[in-house]
Amino acid sequence: MTAPAPPAKQPPLLTVENLQVEFETYGGTVQAVRGVSFSVEAGKTLAIVGESGCGKSVTVQALMGLVPMPPGRLKSGTAELRGRNILGTSQIDGLDFRGREIGMIFQDPMTSLNPTMTIGRQIAETLEVHLGWSRKKAFARAIELLDMARIPEAAQRAKQYPFEFSGGMLQRAMIAMAIACEPAILIADEPTTALDVTIQAQVLDLLGDLQREHGTAIILITHDLGVVARMADEVAVMYAGQIVERGSVDDIFYRPAHPYTVGLRAAMPSNNPDAEHRLLPIEGSPPDLFSPPAGCAYAARCPHAMRICSTHEPAPFVVGADHYGKCWLHHEKAAGGASMIAAAAAPPEKKS
Amino acid sequence: MTASPPLVVSENLTKFFPLPKGRKVHAVDGVDLTIHEREIVGLVGESGSGKTTFGKTLIGLLAKTSGTVTYRGKTLPQQYEAADFRRQAKVMQMIFQDPYSSLNPRMTVGEIVGEGLKLHSDLSASDLRDRVASWLSRVGLEPDYMSRYPHEFSGGQRQRIGIARALILEPEFVVCDEPISALDVSVQAQVVNLLEELKASMGLTLLFIAHDLSMVRYISDRMAVMYLGAMAEIGPAQDVFFEPKHPYTQILIASNPEPDPNLERSRKSTTITGEIPSPVDIGPGCRFAARCPHVMEQCRVQTPLLLPLAGQPDRQVACHLFT
Ligand SMILES: Nc1ncnc2c1ncn2[C@@H]1O[C@H](COP(=O)(O)OP(=O)(O)O)[C@@H](O)[C@H]1O
Ligand SMILES: Nc1ncnc2c1ncn2[C@@H]1O[C@H](COP(=O)(O)OP(=O)(O)O)[C@@H](O)[C@H]1O
Ligand code: SF4
Ligand SMILES: [Mg+2]
Ligand SMILES: [Mg+2]
Repeated sequence: MTAPAPPAKQPPLLTVENLQVEFETYGGTVQAVRGVSFSVEAGKTLAIVGESGCGKSVTVQALMGLVPMPPGRLKSGTAELRGRNILGTSQIDGLDFRGREIGMIFQDPMTSLNPTMTIGRQIAETLEVHLGWSRKKAFARAIELLDMARIPEAAQRAKQYPFEFSGGMLQRAMIAMAIACEPAILIADEPTTALDVTIQAQVLDLLGDLQREHGTAIILITHDLGVVARMADEVAVMYAGQIVERGSVDDIFYRPAHPYTVGLRAAMPSNNPDAEHRLLPIEGSPPDLFSPPAGCAYAARCPHAMRICSTHEPAPFVVGADHYGKCWLHHEKAAGGASMIAAAAAPPEKKS
Repeated sequence: MTASPPLVVSENLTKFFPLPKGRKVHAVDGVDLTIHEREIVGLVGESGSGKTTFGKTLIGLLAKTSGTVTYRGKTLPQQYEAADFRRQAKVMQMIFQDPYSSLNPRMTVGEIVGEGLKLHSDLSASDLRDRVASWLSRVGLEPDYMSRYPHEFSGGQRQRIGIARALILEPEFVVCDEPISALDVSVQAQVVNLLEELKASMGLTLLFIAHDLSMVRYISDRMAVMYLGAMAEIGPAQDVFFEPKHPYTQILIASNPEPDPNLERSRKSTTITGEIPSPVDIGPGCRFAARCPHVMEQCRVQTPLLLPLAGQPDRQVACHLFT
């Protein structure tokens, strides 16, 4: 018997290529997103992780047409949903794809909820607008959706206003609204950052269950590597407006290919008693996005930086299947470079 | 850990906030906690559980509703007068969560850091400057930042300014209220390492309030878990983290996502239903009864006391499963 052919890889739902977004400000041009490319598959979660200001939100806001223009500007790039362009437009075939094909939830639910309208009505309105449902049918569905989002006594709750909901319940109501039209993709921008850890667990479980039931693709933006480990299939690590490493969740945690990924991990405590280490901060701060450095954006903070790093931008070197690291250490002439990253990823100095 | 003498002891410490119609917020409700000299006690719990109120009441920034706080065996006043603040400021200080709102935007960094020293000492202007400069470099900032304003600094730098401001009087005891919550991971490590270094060099004792359980386990000698104004569990940080006893602590730790995909895949979901109830007019019974997966009849009527575990005198749990 011959080995079975590997399962045919399904084409990605969403493909983003070389996205560049700038902001014209009083102080100059902020190069917020500097050539980001990624794709998302049905039923899978892509986590975009990185520290504040690295361009995570602007990346997804650009896809959803939510970047204010001006001061924002799409400098270049393409984004295709099932082969159809979505960049610089809110419509596919004359219909708004936002909310219908791509749903979005934010860190602060109040940015997208109307404080003067009941929760149930707001969800129902989405269905009326996008699917042309009647008020009555839409409201009944809103109650079902709140129930799916595990809001207790959904029928009563649907008639309440946002201020009557706790933070965790508001976030679940937001999820109910975002999935109302059964979008193929759900974008969640730091959905649990403002929540307590027990409520975060409820919200993450809910997202995972909805994904399993409906095959939704999720783009999860977070700065929390714990949340990444819990939720992600694929991970994109962002730094200074670029994706510096991209791979499966196991690649990122067990075979990191970029010094920044290693640095982030070493700056956090490990709860593995055998791997207890002293926290290793990343010294310095990210580069100024008004005039990003010529070479690798991480060079000024990188413990392995070589001469070329500050003059030439590294390519995304392929280090494994669907795994790349944008770092000169992977160049064939950087002898032992990759093993240097591996050594740095090993548990550092024990905590005394 | 060899037990050093107690430094700060709260006994039955209670802080209620009055509401209209005679109702009360039970923000802190009968808390006993002993903090030993030179130890770091980590305090965790969901938002609204009373951590900040406990920290402020402990060091006299809020008047006590009832209960006592002793410091080196001396009972502190129920409500501080101006003279008490002056005396205590040299001994106890607080570092606040928000490095953005806790620094006066109209004062220079030098004025902010030197303010306490100006009030509480009679140093000459030039000695004061020298002390401020040396503290700025001690927390990793340039001394000539003195003439700049807070808005010119990043979150991590502002937190260093807040630390210099609190430590310049060389207090013995510092309440750190979520000092790293607003910071990026790489910067959190800088601030935590700085606190550890200063703790070692100055012999500080810290109450470290945070919601990051992994960071609290990392930095603390002992860990205290608060729920709805009361202590649920206290013990050595490693023991509480790796072998939590109170059902609430168990759920809290199980909800903490670990940066380790294999571990996360093998974890069974332990989500708790419901949310922390409102701390208004709390009746008798265990505060966790409404959400506890192990709730018994007794739990709803009788308030469990914080008692040592059998055979483990350094661990205390407030749960009827252990009495
Ligand atoms: N409306 C705007 N005007 C000017 N600059 C902006 C605007 N929105 C975002 N930026 C800048 O773009 C960069 C990326 O921001 P963002 O995507 O929000 O980061 P994050 O990774 O924290 O989500 C930051 O430097 C931010 O200051
Ligand atoms: N000044 C105040 N007046 C009334 N209620 C307050 C006041 N300060 C805090 N509270 C209430 O006391 C409880 C505990 O708050 P807090 O100590 O801030 O908790 P934590 O720091 O654990 O988040 C909360 O319910 C909060 O709303
Ligand atoms: S390219 Fe150079 S500076 Fe950038 S991460 Fe790699 S080794 Fe460090
Ligand atoms: Mg953001
Ligand atoms: Mg607080």
